[in-house]
Amino acid sequence: MKHHAQAGQAFAIGLLFGVGLLLSGMSNPQKVIGFLDLAGAWDPSLALVMGGAIAVGLPLFRIAESRSQRQLPSWSGAPIHLPGKSGITPRLVLGSVLFGIGWGIAGICPGPGLVLVGSLQWPGLVFVLAMVAGMLLFRPLDKVLSR
Amino acid sequence: MNIIWDPSALLAALTGGVLIGLAAAWMALGLGRIAGISGLLGGLVDGAPDRAVRAAFVGGLLLAPALYLLLRGELPAVKMMVDTPQLLLAGLLVGIGTRFASGCTSGHGVCGLSRLSPRSLVATLSFMGAGFAAVYLLRHLLA
Repeated sequence: MKHHAQAGQAFAIGLLFGVGLLLSGMSNPQKVIGFLDLAGAWDPSLALVMGGAIAVGLPLFRIAESRSQRQLPSWSGAPIHLPGKSGITPRLVLGSVLFGIGWGIAGICPGPGLVLVGSLQWPGLVFVLAMVAGMLLFRPLDKVLSR
Repeated sequence: MNIIWDPSALLAALTGGVLIGLAAAWMALGLGRIAGISGLLGGLVDGAPDRAVRAAFVGGLLLAPALYLLLRGELPAVKMMVDTPQLLLAGLLVGIGTRFASGCTSGHGVCGLSRLSPRSLVATLSFMGAGFAAVYLLRHLLA
């Protein structure tokens, strides 16, 4: 039963997140590339997406951190598990750079990719299928690289 | 540099960003986890045990356009910028890269920066920098 309630919340969070992505312009590749194109006709508006999200996130994540430290549960009863803050590793930078190149090529990152699929934009589906393939390839690739 | 100044786009971006921030904070306070899209989807792809919660979140993202359509009457304009082979390459890089980096624009960019995580700051600067560089290379040097 608890799992159903958690899934219900997760569904609502996904809806809210997706509506935010659509409204903000993040799910339009043309806008994203306009934002990343400093040397062209630069569209700065998307900087406000992260700005707005962080402005709201800063105080609320502080509450979450504090509850986590005091070992208080989340609303659903599940423990608040926030990942550790340390660990700046080569793989963090390398992975982020690969992700950034892909983001720059198509103007699509993971959330907007899924929202594009839901918008019945079939090129978005091509992107998402390739992204899922990349995620599946990660494990064997990681094994080879960490040998 | 030639800056496009569109007040309505700025307002929409800010409002959308606030909704995204609220969704991310709700995930942390309500379910006790990070709203990282690549992480949640990646776990689903890997067959992680908490499949229901992950699938429900992804389902919400997929159905968000239907809700948006219901609320506002039409979906925002979308313009794809590349052809299928480039979409495939971009998707592969995003899939592999976000798993290597344990996060993307949402997990590192929104949640991590909200938590003042130095690790997420490095990740965000790296993917933003690479994004700017890729667009410059593809749209100016090679175009």
